[in-house]
Amino acid sequence: MSSLTNNSATRMVENLGRKAVATVEEIGYIFSMLVESFYWMLFGKKNQQPVRLRSVFAEAMAIGIHAIPIITIVCLAIGVMMAIQGIETLKTFGAESKVIVGIAISVTREFAPLIVSILIAGRSGSAITARLGTMLESQEIDALRVIGINPVRYLVAPLLLAMMISIPALTILGDFMGLLGGALYSASELNITIAVYMERSAAVLSWDDIRQGLIKSVVFAAIIVLVAVSNGFQVKGGAEGVGRATTRSVVLSLTFIVLADMIFTFFLNR
Amino acid sequence: MNKTPDSDYAIEVTDLCAHYGTRQILFDVNLNVHQGEIMVIMGGSGSGKSTLLRHLLALNIPTSGQIKLLGKDITKISDKEMFKLRKDMGVAFQGGALFGSMTVGENVILPLREHTALDENTMRIMCRMKMEVVDLADFEDLMPSELSGGMIKRAALARAIIMDPKLLFFDEPSAGLDPVAAVELDELILRLRQAMNMTIVVVTHELESAFKIADRITVLDKGRTLITDTVENVRNADNPRIQSLLHRLPRDDAIDADEYLARLTSM
Amino acid sequence: MECDARTEGDFTVISLQGEVDLHFSPRAREIILKHLQQKQHVLVDLSAVDYIDSSGVASLVEGFQHARTNTLKFALVGVSDAAMQILQLSRLDKVFPIFVGIDDAATQL
Repeated sequence: MSSLTNNSATRMVENLGRKAVATVEEIGYIFSMLVESFYWMLFGKKNQQPVRLRSVFAEAMAIGIHAIPIITIVCLAIGVMMAIQGIETLKTFGAESKVIVGIAISVTREFAPLIVSILIAGRSGSAITARLGTMLESQEIDALRVIGINPVRYLVAPLLLAMMISIPALTILGDFMGLLGGALYSASELNITIAVYMERSAAVLSWDDIRQGLIKSVVFAAIIVLVAVSNGFQVKGGAEGVGRATTRSVVLSLTFIVLADMIFTFFLNR
Repeated sequence: MNKTPDSDYAIEVTDLCAHYGTRQILFDVNLNVHQGEIMVIMGGSGSGKSTLLRHLLALNIPTSGQIKLLGKDITKISDKEMFKLRKDMGVAFQGGALFGSMTVGENVILPLREHTALDENTMRIMCRMKMEVVDLADFEDLMPSELSGGMIKRAALARAIIMDPKLLFFDEPSAGLDPVAAVELDELILRLRQAMNMTIVVVTHELESAFKIADRITVLDKGRTLITDTVENVRNADNPRIQSLLHRLPRDDAIDADEYLARLTSM
Repeated sequence: MECDARTEGDFTVISLQGEVDLHFSPRAREIILKHLQQKQHVLVDLSAVDYIDSSGVASLVEGFQHARTNTLKFALVGVSDAAMQILQLSRLDKVFPIFVGIDDAATQL
C-alpha cells in the first residue's frame, strides 16, 4: 500500500516536472517566433523574401476596422458603469465631481487597452489560431515551405505588424469612448454639459497617462498574435484539434494579458 | 556507383534513418532516381512512404543519412541554397493544399510572384498555359472550395509545374478520384515527363496507376526498402510481402508466440 | 541567351539562341515587342534554341497576340523537337503559325 502512494506521489511530481518543461518550451517557442518575425521585417528584403505591406494592411483591416463597432459599444458601456459606481462611491465623501479624474485616469491607463485587447483576443486571436491550424492540417503550411516561402515571414510577421498598429489605434478610440460614456451619465448628475465634462477630462489627463495605455496595448498585441500563432502551428488531430487549440489560445492569451497588465501597472506606477 | 556531382542521378538517398520522437520510421533507406525517370514509391499505410517523401522535400530533418537532390546534399546546404533549390522543385500534395484564401489562379501564380520578377503579363500567360495543360482553362477565378476533388489535384499540379521544375513530387495522385479522372491524371504525368523531361517521384498505393506510369518502383515495408526495380521485376518478385501487397492480401506473417505474448502483457 | 534581329524581305527575323529561360525571356519579350511596335512583321527563329521554358513560350504568346491585334504577321520558324513538345503540351502548336524555314514562312504568310 505504501508503495502505491509512493508511486502516485512520484508520478505527480513527474507530471509536474513534465508540465514545467513543456511550459518553458512553449515560452521559448513564442519568443523565437517573435525574434524570427522581426528578423524578416528587417532583413526579408535582402533575402528576397520581403514582408509585404499589402498583407499587413489587409490584416489590419480585418483586425481593426471591423472591430470598431463592438469596441465603441463596449467602451461606452464601461464608461457609463464606471460613472455610476464612481458617483455612488464618491457621494459618501461629497466629492462627486472627482469622478472625472477617476474615470479619465483609469480608462486611459487601464481599461481601454485591457478591454480592447480582450475583445481582439476573442475576436481575432481565435480566428488566427483556427486559420493557421486549418492550414497546417491541410498541408498548406508545407506547401508554402516547398514553394520556398517562409511561413513566419509570410503569415506571422504581417499579423504581428498589423496587430501592433491596430490595437493601439483601437485603444485611442476606446479612450475616447470610455470618457464619452462617463460624460453621458455624469453630465446630468453633476449638472454640467458633455462638452465641459470632456474639457475637464482633457485637463486632468497628461500625455503620460495615454502613453502608459498605448505601451501596454502594443505588448498585448504581441501577446495575442504570438500565443495565437504558436497554438495554431501546434495543432494536432484534425478539426477537433483546431477547436481545442482555438479555445486554449484565447484562454492563454487572456491570462497572459492580465498578468502582463498587472506587472506593467506595478512598475509604471512606482 | 557513380557519386560525382554531375552524376546521372537527380535524387540520391543514402542510408536514410528517420524518427518521429523516439519511434524509428525509416531504416537505412537507399534510393537513386535517374534524371528524367518516373519513380513510384509504394507501400501500405505505415510503411513510411509519406515520411520518406517529407524528407525528400526537406520538410523533415533526418536522424542520419544523406539526401542529394540535383547533386546538392539537402541535409547540409544553407538556407539560401535550399531557397534556390526549391525553384527547381514542384510538389503536388495529396489534398492539393491550395491556399483557401486565394483564387485558383492566384494559387498557381504564387511561386512566380515569389521567385521571379517577370512582367505581370508574362506571368498571367504562363499561369493560363499551365491551366490549359491540366485542362482547367476558365477556372482561374474560382476559389479552391468551389472545385471538385479531381480539379483540385489538377490545380495543385498546375501550381507545382508553374516554374518548370526539374523535380516533380506527387503525393497520391489517384487517391480519392473516380477511375476516369485517375487515368487522365496518370496520362498527364506521362505527358509532362515527355515534354519537359522532368524527374518525377510519385507516392501511391494504387497498383494500376503505379504500373502504368513507373519506370521503376520502390516498395517500402515497415520503414525498409523491400525492392527497387523495374515494373516487370517488381511484378515477378517472389518476396511474399511484395506479393501480398501486389495482390492485396491481408498480411500473414509468421508469429513468434513469445514475442507476441510479451507485447500484449508487458507493463 | 544570344539574340539578333535582321531584315529579310518584308520580315524582321529575330533569332533566339541558347537557353530561353526565366532569366532571358524578359529580354526576348522586350525585343519581340519592340519590333512589333515598330509595325514590322516578325518571324522568330528558334532553330538555335537549346532550351525554352514556359516563360519563353509566354513571351512568344504575348508577341503573337500583339501582332494579331495590330494585323501584323507573326510566325515561328525552325522549331526544334524539344520546343515543339513544350508547345504541344499546352496545345499551342495548333495556335502559332509554324514553318520549317524562313523561305516557307515568307511565301505562305
